[in-house]
Amino acid sequence: MGTNMPAIETSSPERSAWRWPLIIGISLAVWFSVYHFLAPASSWLVRTLPWLVPGSHPALAVEFFLYEVPKVLMLLVLIVFVMGVVRSFFSPETTRRLLTGRGERVGTVLAALLGIVTPFCSCSAVPMFIGFMSAGVPLGVTFSFLVSAPMVNEVALVLLFGLFGWKVAGIYLLTGLVIAMVTGWVIGRLHLEGWVQPWVREVSATAGGGEIRLLWSDRFGLGMDALRDIVGRTWPYVVAGVGVGAAIHGWVPADSLAPLMGRTAWWSVPLAVLIGVPMYSNAAGMIPVVQALLAKGAALGTALAFMMAVVALSFPEWVILRRVLTVRLIAVFAGVVSVGIMIVGYLFNYLF
Amino acid sequence: MKNIQILGTGCSKCVKLAEAAENAAKAAGIEYHVEKVTDIQKIISFGVMATPALVVDGEVKASGRVPSIDELKGMLS
Repeated sequence: MGTNMPAIETSSPERSAWRWPLIIGISLAVWFSVYHFLAPASSWLVRTLPWLVPGSHPALAVEFFLYEVPKVLMLLVLIVFVMGVVRSFFSPETTRRLLTGRGERVGTVLAALLGIVTPFCSCSAVPMFIGFMSAGVPLGVTFSFLVSAPMVNEVALVLLFGLFGWKVAGIYLLTGLVIAMVTGWVIGRLHLEGWVQPWVREVSATAGGGEIRLLWSDRFGLGMDALRDIVGRTWPYVVAGVGVGAAIHGWVPADSLAPLMGRTAWWSVPLAVLIGVPMYSNAAGMIPVVQALLAKGAALGTALAFMMAVVALSFPEWVILRRVLTVRLIAVFAGVVSVGIMIVGYLFNYLF
Repeated sequence: MKNIQILGTGCSKCVKLAEAAENAAKAAGIEYHVEKVTDIQKIISFGVMATPALVVDGEVKASGRVPSIDELKGMLS
């Protein structure tokens, strides 16, 4: 991007009207044709490599790697861009407006769903919490959002889809939303508003910035920003995750972890959650770890429970939340989410 | 003299925003004073829900993102 270009070049409305549709149309056409040829191209490439015996384990592993890395990266690029544009419609202010004045039941469900599309970073958890509370959003509804936002995100879903298939990704999405809704519902039922730090309840609802009107070109620009930012940060995890997947491709998983994290050890799921709490990482960073655990004989449900615990339950976040919540409320929040994650772990171990 | 405040609890984007705002102010030849606001209660008092946020002379100009240099120049002038 030439930032030093004179302003006349970019601000002509006739030019910008067809510029984005054209760029997006061409990009989509290129995307689909490249995606279509990924499989034949990777197998052709493997056949031309002289030091690989066709059909051998190393050849299959290399082919898997050469096919999966660009495939997952391309899916990531597409979804992150689309989500970047979608997110431009859901600023925190918009989400708050959508959640204010709803009944608790509708609000809890809506908050979990909005958690997927509202831009969120764990460093914004506290300001958003107070922003919601000050506008009169019920505590349970606020928690539904706070659980869903970090756990259910497009990067995790794309990676799970690319590496484990749509069933795993779909169940992760559904169970993540259910955990968020149940947590919100339980906290709402318990009427724990009194367990919020007193000063938070005194913050008056300030309008704060207001909602900015965006043009479509702005929204596509935000999509590109998301693309540069998120794909730029997550691509090493994709390569590492697929790399581990390729290394075990075609081999029977080693069973060194099986007695500890395998399907037969019932206590493996709570143990995975317990180990996951002090760690914190984003969902993308966990994918290579999940792959490695599976390679060593861990059951899928146990590995995913570990991933969810690392992403959704983090000790550092509780320290920040301590400023606005009492310890008792944080304990209830952590307890309900932990139980939810354990149920998901057992469910996956039972299904797969 | 512009009073620039960067609201944020110290995430990597907050650092980026502070750098970008200073660069934009220098490029536009604006005299400025920059202050980092890291206290949660103070951040909340601006009514901001997403950090990092940029406040110029007490007015919230951007929140939850790092605007481009050109955009920042417009916000600062």
